[in-house]
Amino acid sequence: MKKDDAAGKTRRQIYEEKLRRRSLLIAGTSTVFAFLAVVVLVPLAPGWEKVKASFFNREVFVETFPKLLDAFLIDVMIFVWCAPAITALGLLIALARDVQSPALFPLRIFGAFYTDIFRGVPVVLTVYLIGFGIPGLGLPRPFNSPYIWGSLALILTYSAYVAEIFRSGIEAVHKSQRSAAQSLGLTDGDTMRFVILPQAIRQVIPSQMNMFIALQKDVALLSFIGPVEIFRQAGVFKSLMANFTPYVGAALIFLAVTVPATRYADYLLAKQNKERS
Amino acid sequence: MAKLSLRGVVKRFGENTVCDGIDLEVEEGQMVCLIGASGAGKSTVLRCVNLLEPIEDGEIFLDGVDISVPGLNPQPVRRRIGMVFQSYNLFPHMTAMENVMLAPRRVYGKSREELRPEIAELFTRFGLADRMEHYPDQLSGGQQQRVAIVRALAMKPEVMLFDEITSALDPQLVGEVLDVLRLLKESGMTMVLATHEMGFAREAADKVCFLKDGRILEEGSPETLFGAPKHPETKEFLARSLK
Repeated sequence: MKKDDAAGKTRRQIYEEKLRRRSLLIAGTSTVFAFLAVVVLVPLAPGWEKVKASFFNREVFVETFPKLLDAFLIDVMIFVWCAPAITALGLLIALARDVQSPALFPLRIFGAFYTDIFRGVPVVLTVYLIGFGIPGLGLPRPFNSPYIWGSLALILTYSAYVAEIFRSGIEAVHKSQRSAAQSLGLTDGDTMRFVILPQAIRQVIPSQMNMFIALQKDVALLSFIGPVEIFRQAGVFKSLMANFTPYVGAALIFLAVTVPATRYADYLLAKQNKERS
Repeated sequence: MAKLSLRGVVKRFGENTVCDGIDLEVEEGQMVCLIGASGAGKSTVLRCVNLLEPIEDGEIFLDGVDISVPGLNPQPVRRRIGMVFQSYNLFPHMTAMENVMLAPRRVYGKSREELRPEIAELFTRFGLADRMEHYPDQLSGGQQQRVAIVRALAMKPEVMLFDEITSALDPQLVGEVLDVLRLLKESGMTMVLATHEMGFAREAADKVCFLKDGRILEEGSPETLFGAPKHPETKEFLARSLK
């Protein structure tokens, strides 16, 4: 190998280093300009002072933020009981759509209907219909709680999406795996349980994580039917103080949870793609 | 009575007739090799025998009992007939040991502790003693294929089917898998192979069948089939594959 300089680098390495330095410089410069443009230009807008006072008010922020955090615990709580129920129901629906036996054909039809319907209606509508409709039947306490029926609406909607993702994972497992399991004399049930599902689930974990990040955000929709969770709490503060800063605080709290989770899901996905190639 | 016999087996995929009246007798302890170009129907014959594909016409007998009756529960039959595939088809999320244990545990209801010694012995016999706890992607192709053979054997089958099991292997790994087949033959296993390994078929088979377009055009002992083929198609095929 021909060495061209004192450090003993090849021509190729010197050239690539130069390229790398240049693209770093360009990326750095354009980032600084974009940042300056926002910082300089936005405050020049005629309404900036007003926006600043009503969205970025320091005193309001300091006063409301701890209470918003408390209210966010309700969101987390609802998430914590919805997520396992969604996973279980989603898996059942996915399996129902995959059954081969003709006796269970109605189950297959039901699975298809279910996913079509709950994916076809806006979440907020399902929350309204179930959250107001079922307690409207005049159920006694505690069965008229919006927590129960709001959660049910989320569970029904999200399990439809989660079922579809599980199904795509099941279909992505190569047919030869099924052949191999069957040739060993395993039943269809055992083939699914021990051979197909473990591979399918592993395959869809990143996609499911993205679904659950969306779920954490959509928990806020329950505020429409009663529970004073973070979005509702921010609304209360907004009315009391005539200031929108609590909404910004709520957004920051959501971001603190969803951004790391999204990054992690992307990391898992990238890792999986790398393993597959 | 033949261990395994096929009478006029027909298999179609849509308009395409893949097996067009296959007759085949396999005696207990025999090794029968199916040879022929890709697409001749060798693999499909094996898949039909293992009931992975339902047949359109004909019968398949195992110990004189018709196993091709429509509607028959295939699982008890498949336990008696082991199958090894070209692409190994190991379960990637399980170690070699777990791959082998799964079916005996679930089908025969045996415990891991019960199975471990006998399976460890199988691994040792096939030169895999130090590979039992490895995952498939940590094994070479030849090792994976030997694990797949052990997995099928752990069900204690009476007949073994091998579907071009060396075709996906690097040439230097083919030998170790063929050695396993020789070992099995010595132990008296009844075997049917779909294969492109002409040298092996000639040396080890008891009977060789040449397939073309879903039919057995010629069959006989390896000496006669390789030494003095009668059918012009057989001659042409052998001339091309032996070069």
